[in-house]
Amino acid sequence: MKVEQISIFIENKSGRLAEITRILGEAGINIRALSLADTSDFGILRLIVNNVEVAKSVLKEKGFTVNKTEVVAVEVPDRPGGLSGILQTLDTERINVEYMYAFVERCGGNAVIIFRFDETEKAITALKNNNFNILEGERLYSM
Amino acid sequence: MFFNEEFETLPRPALEAVQLKRLQATLERVYANVPFYRDLIGRAGVKPGDVKQLDDLQRLPFTTKQDMRDSYPYGLFAAPMEEIVRIHASSGTTGKPTVVGYTARDIDVWAELMARSFVSAGAHKGDIIHNAYGYGLFTGGLGAHYGAERLGASVIPMSGGNTNRQIMIMQDFGSTVLTCTPSYSLFMAEAAHEEGLDFRTLKLRVGIFGAEPWSESMRTEIEEKLNLAAIDIYGLSEIMGPGVAIECIQAKKGLHIWEDHFIPEIINPETGQRLGEGEQGELVITTITKQGIPLIRYRTRDITSITYEPCICGRTHARIARMSGRSDDMLIIRGVNVFPSQIESILVGIEGVEPHYVLIIDRQDNLDTLEVQVEVDERIFSDEVKVLQALSHRIEKEIKEMLGVTCRVKLVEPKTIQRSEGKAKRVIDNRKL
Repeated sequence: MKVEQISIFIENKSGRLAEITRILGEAGINIRALSLADTSDFGILRLIVNNVEVAKSVLKEKGFTVNKTEVVAVEVPDRPGGLSGILQTLDTERINVEYMYAFVERCGGNAVIIFRFDETEKAITALKNNNFNILEGERLYSM
Repeated sequence: MFFNEEFETLPRPALEAVQLKRLQATLERVYANVPFYRDLIGRAGVKPGDVKQLDDLQRLPFTTKQDMRDSYPYGLFAAPMEEIVRIHASSGTTGKPTVVGYTARDIDVWAELMARSFVSAGAHKGDIIHNAYGYGLFTGGLGAHYGAERLGASVIPMSGGNTNRQIMIMQDFGSTVLTCTPSYSLFMAEAAHEEGLDFRTLKLRVGIFGAEPWSESMRTEIEEKLNLAAIDIYGLSEIMGPGVAIECIQAKKGLHIWEDHFIPEIINPETGQRLGEGEQGELVITTITKQGIPLIRYRTRDITSITYEPCICGRTHARIARMSGRSDDMLIIRGVNVFPSQIESILVGIEGVEPHYVLIIDRQDNLDTLEVQVEVDERIFSDEVKVLQALSHRIEKEIKEMLGVTCRVKLVEPKTIQRSEGKAKRVIDNRKL
């Protein structure tokens, strides 16, 4: 039910993003989704890729600090109020969203949102109980 | 003008006779009361009675900051605790500070030497002394305070910080003498300027600046911007505190070290050999009147030179040159002594932080800044911004609490910190004095 995401520490200096995407490109890694959190000093690049282990090892070889985290990919009905329904369910269950970002591809007619929760298992149960569709990692990496 | 004319102008032979007598008494005192010194002097094959002339001092071993650390907190005290009336402390090389204790007579001597220092700087009874040195464990505030009272001046115990209030008080109270770090004086002048106040219109006549290294060009700048005579003062808590040595306003050329209480030597920091007049080396001081914690041949790690040439002011006490550096890696940041090893031990204490760090010191708007760059490895990295920010803040807070110095932590990518021959360069000091 969970999706593996890699996150990379980057300093706020020019050329770092270009460097990462070049390394991944040369290793034949396809980036499926990404988000960049930035502060005045540093950024955290989060990626969903088609091959987590290869991506992680090529970046580490080049001296980057890389972590693997589990996130949840949820199908969001593509209509007004679609995302709101999911967030209301989470709020009722008192589950915090640490961050979220949109997936590039659609799944059927629906959008896909990547969520990082403070309590991942609890969130998955709550969403399933409310009939939201959660995407498997394998399906997502190859979408 | 003198505060104690007899002793400040004692002819050289008489001064040296006083020194010898007091040195012998100090050696007897530490030999009898401090096991550390009994061992140290004994191992050197010397007995207190063997010191028959001042040159015999060279036969005695040095005392170092490490010795003070090993004796933490009271091991080097030569007086029983019932006689210790004050305790101060300064930065040690790691977590524990260096502790010093004073008897009532030590405080009395310190007040006199600080009063002499004020007079040497051109201050007198009737002056309003604005004392912006920090009050507390640091010796600066209380040392200058007692000296000002001994002189009979009016002292305003401002302590450091709160710049706008400092400026208001100086303006409204008509302060005539300012004591603080040289960089803080310029910072205040700049802050006043921004508020539309010209510092030159204040009644300040004399500034007594110390606790950090500065230069002749800084003196010129301070005197121009603050319209006062800027005087260099030297001291260290191990020896006493402020007032160990000071310039005279007549010459402003070298700092008179009060030789009836301290014996200065200059040594080669590598070999320990004594150097001659005018040669640059490390200042070593022996205290010859202290009771609480007398120190024999204490290595200050400050680099200077000494001259015994007569001075136009009439004082017969030798002069040491403005401090030009350190023979160890101690940094002085906003008047606070900081050893890189102290920061390293704080980082190691924070779980997961590998001590790949570099300290970058700069001076912006006349205030020292400290940036601590820490490499982010997998153990401390998180995909959440708040986790990394909490780590930065925790390091900043612990450094502030342990060392009393404000810093900014910057997280950097691994291997960004320059390594030379496997050993990282830990300090980048960009300050230009």
